[in-house]
Amino acid sequence: MQALIDGSRLMTEALVKAGAEVFIGYPITPANNLYLFSGKRFKTFLAAPDEITTLQWMSGFAAAGKLPVTATSFPGFALMLESINMAYMMELPMVIVLVQRLGPATGTATSGAQGDIALLNGMLSGGYSIPVISTSEANDCWEMAENALKTAVELRTPVILLTSKEEVMTQFSFDLDTLKEIKAVERKYYSSDGKFIPYKRDERGVPEFLPVNNDRHQVRYTASTHNENGILEGITPGALNNTISINKKIEKNIDSYLYYDLEKDDASDTLLVSYGITANAAREAAVRLRKEGRPVSVFIPKTLLPIPDKYMNIMSGYSNIVIAEENHPGLYRKLLFGVKAPTNVHSVNAIGRMINPDEIIEEVKKHGN
Amino acid sequence: METKFINTDTLPFCSGCGHTTISRNTEKALQKIGLNLLDVILVTDIGCHGIIDKAFDTHTVHGLHGRSVALASGISAGVNNPDKKVIVYIGDGGASIGMQHLLDAAHNGYNMTVVVHNNMLYGMTGGQPSELTPKGFKTPTLPQGATHKGYDICGLVATAGASYVSRITGIGDISDQLAEAFSRTGFSLVEVMEICPSYGVKSNPGIKLKTLIEEAGIEIKVYADNEPKAFETQERNDLPSLFSPSLEIKEEFTHRLDKPVRLFLSGTAGEGVQSAAEMFIRAGMRCGLQGTKKGSYPVTVGVGFSASNLILSPEPIFYTGAPRPDVILVTSEDGIKFARKLIDNAGEEALLIIDSTLETPKTRARVVSHHFREHFGGRNAMITALFEYLRQSNIISMDALKKQFMDSKMAANTKLKALIEETFGI
Ligand SMILES: Cc1ncc(C[n+]2csc(CCOP(=O)(O)OP(=O)(O)O)c2C)c(N)n1
Ligand code: SF4
Repeated sequence: MQALIDGSRLMTEALVKAGAEVFIGYPITPANNLYLFSGKRFKTFLAAPDEITTLQWMSGFAAAGKLPVTATSFPGFALMLESINMAYMMELPMVIVLVQRLGPATGTATSGAQGDIALLNGMLSGGYSIPVISTSEANDCWEMAENALKTAVELRTPVILLTSKEEVMTQFSFDLDTLKEIKAVERKYYSSDGKFIPYKRDERGVPEFLPVNNDRHQVRYTASTHNENGILEGITPGALNNTISINKKIEKNIDSYLYYDLEKDDASDTLLVSYGITANAAREAAVRLRKEGRPVSVFIPKTLLPIPDKYMNIMSGYSNIVIAEENHPGLYRKLLFGVKAPTNVHSVNAIGRMINPDEIIEEVKKHGN
Repeated sequence: METKFINTDTLPFCSGCGHTTISRNTEKALQKIGLNLLDVILVTDIGCHGIIDKAFDTHTVHGLHGRSVALASGISAGVNNPDKKVIVYIGDGGASIGMQHLLDAAHNGYNMTVVVHNNMLYGMTGGQPSELTPKGFKTPTLPQGATHKGYDICGLVATAGASYVSRITGIGDISDQLAEAFSRTGFSLVEVMEICPSYGVKSNPGIKLKTLIEEAGIEIKVYADNEPKAFETQERNDLPSLFSPSLEIKEEFTHRLDKPVRLFLSGTAGEGVQSAAEMFIRAGMRCGLQGTKKGSYPVTVGVGFSASNLILSPEPIFYTGAPRPDVILVTSEDGIKFARKLIDNAGEEALLIIDSTLETPKTRARVVSHHFREHFGGRNAMITALFEYLRQSNIISMDALKKQFMDSKMAANTKLKALIEETFGI
């Protein structure tokens, strides 16, 4: 069925289908369509008085066994930061949709951007990892939304679903019949009669879950450094080990939420790397380059953080790499290659507008083949 | 045997700290009410009072400084069961930094009892004054004493809509007063006045809590005792999918495009630019084309320019931008200003369709000028400019746009309808 829709509609429907129950939001452009659709679709919708409250309410709902979602943009996300650290430490499942817009500060609400990935990489005090899954095309608004929620539940963690203004506000024609079916994520609760130890980990390093209103076992949620019993303990070995285990849980299970597209052209020595809103410009650039007889491979990471080893392996096979992203410093490039990129790594950057396939084509043509 | 809520004889507070009185009396109050251990969810803030968690055998949640009431609000709404007792422990410091959360929880009537441990300073961080510190009260960092009266948190939450609010003196047996608050549904708050021996007494030698309360004019009383108003979380299980069948756009006409065409529509807010753009894109889809549409307008949506980028294409569209549109349609002065750069950069292959009331800017594009505003009115200028573009280009079937137009509210205007039919021969 052909329809004229936007990414916000796809995302909202996907999240609800995947089992999200509560949307809590505070208005901000360009996340408002998600707020609007969620009000019509989520089982429970609450308008919070600010973004700190948003994240706190979400954490409360999550502690009570519900699956909460919000959508915001940098100014709101900044206010949420301490509370996301809290939810991470408490190991509460939730999805935070971050719709990027032009910063710093209030910046320009109506202009898109890809300026927040470095912030996400360092958003947890201590530098720990949190899953950041991004959208790079319409279908990702569906599948990555589902994946974000499933990852949140399976790993008991907040997950950032990273997108940007154009991806959730531009309307496009779309055949809804092409979407794969989404089933609600299954929630498992601790079912044994033995003493419940709130942060005792299973073989994947994930603690079993019980809501704070259950009648069988005492539950403790703690944001401060705590041992496996959820008891605030300061820097005891048990408590420090628990903190490290949260990070390990995210990193060692990366294969369970590793999403990327790789279009390999065996004749090419150049790899075009892009993500988010710029991914489609890269895809178009590749199609046009191939038409011109210039082979190029395309790599679109969707799981952006933590950066899996696999990405470095993929990229190591090419003598030229061109990374296109809508920010000035080349944020993801720096995360991948350090502050001083090797000389075979080239960037296409812009702010205040989408990167255009022509610029990518031009950069690719400067190097290799 | 009475339920033991506290599992230790030694609480983690300095000797003589008022927090001990509150914890012990909380247990006593809960026993009086007869609650079970796992019917109680204790949410604590950051501060000396907050390190009590491990002593309680109830469910416990220990969050951030000042945010405990918001966290408890989420828990309360998530649990959605007034038989579960949510108790929040917060200091006067937490009540200062998180004051909005208290007002908000009272306002919404979330089921909980907030116990404000008002020792008139920040204990954990070394005795700094809070927003609740009474006038004249000295602290280690404010030896000259507070110059302002502290916030009346009881008065504030009572005004915000709390069910039950009282301020009490934290000396002796306060279990009845706590039990009174705990047994209410909706939002209740008890502010317990107490002293921090480590910082409060040191800075105010010889201080007597009762005297201080009297001299500072702090009222010990019940502030609100209303009909309980409790928040109930709405769960709507019957909401329809966002993919309603009405979204369907059926292919029923034909097009003549072999490559994408990019249009830029630029006009004035409130003059139907966005709806004309949407009609056109839908018309294209009715002809089997792919399409994308973006809107641009100032944040104050009702004034200034209103513009839209459209792409229609026989193939899938990847990049949705159009730095050099093939067609620029301008229907007003605002529109010309906003499209100026695109018009300047337009090449010979581009087409500029412009209202005849506007001075045609210098451009390499082919220009078509028409009396859209004059003939059809400002509000209908953009849709008629699109009809004109179709008449000239024939990229999609005229009938497709006609159908979109007929289905729109605009077609209710019979004069306009007739005029469009006549002008464009449809
Ligand atoms: C956002 C934030 N700012 C500051 C602090 C530091 N801090 C910890 S406890 C506290 C004040 C505690 O005072 P109060 O709430 O009155 O509780 P008390 O220690 O007196 O029981 C502060 C400011 C913090 N933890 N978080
Ligand atoms: S510092 Fe003050 S508030 Fe903290 S435990 Fe000691 S007496 Fe109580």
